[in-house]
Amino acid sequence: MTVRLTPDQVALRDAVRELADAKIAPRAADIDTSGEFPWDVVKLLADHDVLALPFPVVDGGLGGDLLTVCLAIEQISRVCATSGLIVAIQELGSLPLMLAGTPEQHRRWFPDMAAGRALPAFALTEAAAGSDVAEIRTKATRDGDAWRLDGAKRFITQGSVANLVAVFVRTDESPEARRSRRHLSCFIVERDTPGFSAGKVEHKMGIRGSPTAELHFDGARVPDANRIGEVGEGFSIAMRTLDRSRPGIAAQAVGIAQGATEVAAKYAAERRQFGRPIGDHQMITAMLADMATRTEAARQLLYTACDEVTAGSPTASRWSAMCKLMAGDTAMAVTTDAVQVLGGYGYVTDYPVERMMRDAKITQLYEGTQQIQRLVVGRDVLARGG
Amino acid sequence: MRIVVLVKAVPIVGNERLGDDRRVDRANGLEANGNDEYTMEAALKLTEAHGGEVTLLTMGPAAAAEALRKGLAMGAARAVHVSDPALAGSDARTTATVLAAAIRRLEYDLVFAGADTSDGLGGVVAPWLAALLGLPYLSYGSRIEPGPDGTTIQVRRLGARGYDLLEAPMPALVMGTQVLGEPRYPSLRGIMQARTKEIATWSLADLGIPAETVGAGVAGSRVTSTALPPPRAGATVVREAPDVAVARVIDFLAARRLI
Repeated sequence: MTVRLTPDQVALRDAVRELADAKIAPRAADIDTSGEFPWDVVKLLADHDVLALPFPVVDGGLGGDLLTVCLAIEQISRVCATSGLIVAIQELGSLPLMLAGTPEQHRRWFPDMAAGRALPAFALTEAAAGSDVAEIRTKATRDGDAWRLDGAKRFITQGSVANLVAVFVRTDESPEARRSRRHLSCFIVERDTPGFSAGKVEHKMGIRGSPTAELHFDGARVPDANRIGEVGEGFSIAMRTLDRSRPGIAAQAVGIAQGATEVAAKYAAERRQFGRPIGDHQMITAMLADMATRTEAARQLLYTACDEVTAGSPTASRWSAMCKLMAGDTAMAVTTDAVQVLGGYGYVTDYPVERMMRDAKITQLYEGTQQIQRLVVGRDVLARGG
Repeated sequence: MRIVVLVKAVPIVGNERLGDDRRVDRANGLEANGNDEYTMEAALKLTEAHGGEVTLLTMGPAAAAEALRKGLAMGAARAVHVSDPALAGSDARTTATVLAAAIRRLEYDLVFAGADTSDGLGGVVAPWLAALLGLPYLSYGSRIEPGPDGTTIQVRRLGARGYDLLEAPMPALVMGTQVLGEPRYPSLRGIMQARTKEIATWSLADLGIPAETVGAGVAGSRVTSTALPPPRAGATVVREAPDVAVARVIDFLAARRLI
């Protein structure tokens, strides 16, 4: 099958590309250098309804499907991976609510998120629970009509700037619950909750404008009305969320790869050595051909995966893991080649490809490392015999 | 305030080329003429501030409809596309005549036209149209606002020593420039809504215009020849350090009486 974009999707994609080229691209180097969260980009994305894309129309959103959201992430990441991530996190942080929240909870929080007044975050990872999600230690104990949360989360994207954080905590200490993956629950924690605070913000290799924070819960009291899904449903919500959010990271990766290919192509056409543009030297021509081909292959797998996930495919986890795996590795390889095409100029900050190479690395790490994606895909291959 | 904004679908800037018939080749993608986007923005701001609606009007081939989509996404309420195979090769007089016939079928207080188009640069359609419709013509607008009692329109026309203030009763035709202000980017919500807005397509028959009175056959103007400009002579590049370079640039300009 092939994925044909609808006229709506083409129009939205082109509008986001135009916006990204005109308003975000000129900010990208500064966002990277300063390491400051680009609130101006948040406002821009809110003003143009990009942040409204994933939300239902009744809640002030645009009701964009997964592929449409990914098209926007891709176009923005083409020029600035930190900015593209803002859209991806708007999707990721709201997915637990989307998948398991009640209509009342949607009414309560979605309109603010759709308008860009509230930024969400997704808090799963802990210092000792990375790939092994089941090892989560942060716990919630019943306290009347509320819960008391204690513990800490680590590496939470936009954790320090989010207004609403979807937090996954342990609510059942019994070995049976642990075995049956019914030991976790999900809560929305609002920013001003007493006992909740953001701690250290990490110094990172890439996506430097996106604050990655520690979150502390010291007896933070969260009303039961903020519980998403059933008690014990947390693990399932987290896994279902990642099935739908990994394509967003794949879109970021495809965007980074596309951006790097474009910079390399332009440079290869202008830079002259041995009396002609370096793009005319066949070793460079071949590199550009491979960069463009790999990027397109990753893009097509991403678009198909979006289609499969949206259609409720029984192999959605596999599609989603495959597209993140393919796109992350492609972004790393293509940006590395882009630096190679630019030679010494690629290694210095005068050109954006060194930033793109640093940004690409994160797509092989977060929302499940590439090794975890291979586990997901490999186990499915074994289970189905192909 | 009901404003009709004239929009011309021009070849995408940078892609312009002439066809074998020496006419502008319109087969390689069209977009709304840049100056028309400035008047579109001014019209939208006026209706947002004073109420009313913006209607876009274009005459052109089928592909011209896409050039209207952006304006609809920016906030225009509807669009009218006059399109008829017989119109190919029409001159400015025919264009003005056809647009006048279309405008007579619309309800309006103001008609806006952009100063010049990036392809033809004739610059005569707007005043011609004003004459045909018997409307006051206010040209080179840099700012457009309603007069104190709301029955007139005031236009600032930039000149060498400031601006002239033009005022005329409505309905009127205003030709606007880039000084009106940057057009907005359409929001994604606007783009999605635009796809459900109406683009009415009117043929010559709809307008009651006989096909034999329009088109290349009766054009009063014709292109007799076209040529690419000669290659430019080599540029003088000043490579010295700033102190020497500044003096050289000043000498260069002074020698040509440019400063």
